[in-house]
Amino acid sequence: MGFLFFGKRKEKNEQSKKYNLGLKKTRTGLLGRLKQVLTGYNSVTEDLFDDLTDIFIMADVGVETTLNFIEELKSDERVKDCKTASELQPIIVDKMFDLYLKGEIVNNNLNVQKEGLSVFLFVGVNGVGKTTTIAKIAYRLKKEGKKVLLAAGDTFRAGAVDQLEEWAKRVGVDIVIKKGATDPSSVIFDAIKRAKEGKYDVLLCDTAGRLQNKAGLMAELAKMNKVIEREVPNAPHETLLVIDATTGQNGLSQAEAFMEVTNVTGVILTKLDGTSKGGIVLAIKDKYNLPIKMVGLGEKMEDLEYFDLENYINSLFDEEEDE
Amino acid sequence: MPLETLSDKIQMSLRRLTGRGRLNENDIDTAMREIRVALLEADVNYKIVKEFIADIKEQALGERVMKSLTPGDQVIKIVYEELVKLMGEEASPINLKKSGTSIILMCGLQGSGKTTHTAKLANHLRKYNNMKPLMIAADVYRPAAVNQLVQLGKQLDIDVFEMGIMAKPQVIVKKGLEYAKEHNNNLVIIDTAGRLQIDEVLMQELVDIKEIAHPDEIMLTIDAMTGQDAVNVASTFHEKLGVTGCLLTKLDSDTRGGAALSIRYLTHIPIKFTGVGEKLDQLEVFHPERMAKRILGMGDVLGLIEKATENIDETDAMKLNERLQKGIFTYDDFLDQIKMIKRMGSLKGLLGMIPGIGSQIRNMEIDEKQFTYIEVAISSMTKYERKHPDEVATSHSRKMRIAKGSGRPYQEINNLTKRFEDMKKQMIAMAGMSEEDMQKAARNGNMPIRAGKPKKGKGKNKGGFRF
Repeated sequence: MGFLFFGKRKEKNEQSKKYNLGLKKTRTGLLGRLKQVLTGYNSVTEDLFDDLTDIFIMADVGVETTLNFIEELKSDERVKDCKTASELQPIIVDKMFDLYLKGEIVNNNLNVQKEGLSVFLFVGVNGVGKTTTIAKIAYRLKKEGKKVLLAAGDTFRAGAVDQLEEWAKRVGVDIVIKKGATDPSSVIFDAIKRAKEGKYDVLLCDTAGRLQNKAGLMAELAKMNKVIEREVPNAPHETLLVIDATTGQNGLSQAEAFMEVTNVTGVILTKLDGTSKGGIVLAIKDKYNLPIKMVGLGEKMEDLEYFDLENYINSLFDEEEDE
Repeated sequence: MPLETLSDKIQMSLRRLTGRGRLNENDIDTAMREIRVALLEADVNYKIVKEFIADIKEQALGERVMKSLTPGDQVIKIVYEELVKLMGEEASPINLKKSGTSIILMCGLQGSGKTTHTAKLANHLRKYNNMKPLMIAADVYRPAAVNQLVQLGKQLDIDVFEMGIMAKPQVIVKKGLEYAKEHNNNLVIIDTAGRLQIDEVLMQELVDIKEIAHPDEIMLTIDAMTGQDAVNVASTFHEKLGVTGCLLTKLDSDTRGGAALSIRYLTHIPIKFTGVGEKLDQLEVFHPERMAKRILGMGDVLGLIEKATENIDETDAMKLNERLQKGIFTYDDFLDQIKMIKRMGSLKGLLGMIPGIGSQIRNMEIDEKQFTYIEVAISSMTKYERKHPDEVATSHSRKMRIAKGSGRPYQEINNLTKRFEDMKKQMIAMAGMSEEDMQKAARNGNMPIRAGKPKKGKGKNKGGFRF
């Protein structure tokens, strides 16, 4: 399939087990039905394509992306030669790889500089899990031997700073808090100063959740981004858009709007341990070429994995398991 | 993001056909495809879309549409009526006890907005139902969730019962209810931790709490941006707990909110409230017909009227009307009007409620400061000038002075005076109109007060005032 993967693969087996466990509900829940549908048909018919469309839609893969995908599938030479429905499966898998990779190598490593300070900015709408994700990434980076600093940039939501502070304690990393601050940019500014002075490797900047159609809040984010750009060369090294797996078509609007004000480098898909598929990220990749970097699979700080396309797609086609 | 509304799409697909005589089944099919895609893009569950389309199509093939000169309007009407029907035709009120302590149990997935809406709901019911609320902090899992509720309680001056994070939620709820009894709270709202509906252990915890508290209302909070899975979430919570109401949060986003339709249709849980902003008073009672219009992109006239009646003083309005009938409209009157409008909330929010405008401005920048500039300019006029607008309009030196005094460009002041004259004429004309005349005028699209076409871009207002 001409597919390369980048990322930490040390504990590959253990990881993929956990990944599969997390995705198991995904598999048995929705896209797992793909297989059922295929085996339910003897030949390749128009009805079969309709059912396939429903399955993609059901997983929240974007409507446009789905319709295009199905159209392309229909017109694929190999499909025309298919005599039975189950012969379609490898072609669909193959085309899903194409959809995501578009013939390129997708790098989902986090861009931590070998030398000097790396700054990561986390953005997203309310309640997607930005703060928890930061804790998880801090935990991971710390385990890799990095000196990590957190910036409590959510000065708006009640309790947000306390929440990150509690995580900093649990993970065992330092945090910059500015009591009574209302301008998040000033918190970021202070944190960068502290990170430089304390020779930290990575600074993780939390931001308040904001709906992408609130111009004032988006301008505030643009300002934070500007402060980072100005204070640290080539920063932010990652701007990660956090998306909740339950998100529907609005995910596209989120990606578009956040890309407008910041240089989004990737997506982190959270809450994939639920029944939602987060299929909208496939549409986001398709439409805006934003790779999925990591997936959140639970509430503990270990519950974060690098996104593995092979696992993701294959597990969607696995047999249902009984437990 | 496709910004055309569903009603635009239906119109478009059927407009191509007008002037071609009678519609045939193929034409209708084309329109149905558009409706299908639009509903899916609005996150309406695919199963419902299927049934819905089949139903609509049958009606659309009837005489009413086929013979109509405006098939687009007819189809939209059918879609709208069906949407309202699916949504439940009337708003469902919240369940409260007539006497004694009413108890509301909040539940939902992580990040759906339970804690914020616990506070909003407490605030809302205190304001409109005159209740004395207590909020119980039973989310012991998410770091600082208890703190968050405590802080919200402080902001609103509403009591919060908490036992930190070491106690079991069941115990906290029990103790909290005793506390409410002692302190004569007639409303208790229990905030719980977000949980996946498939998490057996945590779902059992909610069942326990339900048994302890016997809530009058079990309120499921659902993010309005939720996709196809909304149905699974809602139905599992419903199965386990017997959910009595839904609170749709983050509806101030640009989502269509088709999830609302799916939940209502498949689980029959009524949606009772919507969260429409991060401020603690931004909670609204849910109205099915408005949601239907939102999915269609038809604006929310009723919401606008409600906002207006809530914020406009009847006697003030009457007084102004009397003055207008006498042909008087001064800058002072104008200033009063601006203040009234400002009390109703953001300009963008208001404009968004007007049919036809909503979709146009959804992603536009509206300079909310426009009104402030006008206020500043009027404040820089003398008392005499405010009562005699004509004299301002005709005097260069007066305008110069006002420009200097207000710090606004001369051109802007000039524009204001010119437009004020136009507006005065229209206002006076409108005051003399009968209700019928007004409706006619509105239908013809020359409503005396023009909302003005907001310009895109964030530049300083070069074009002067717009109103």
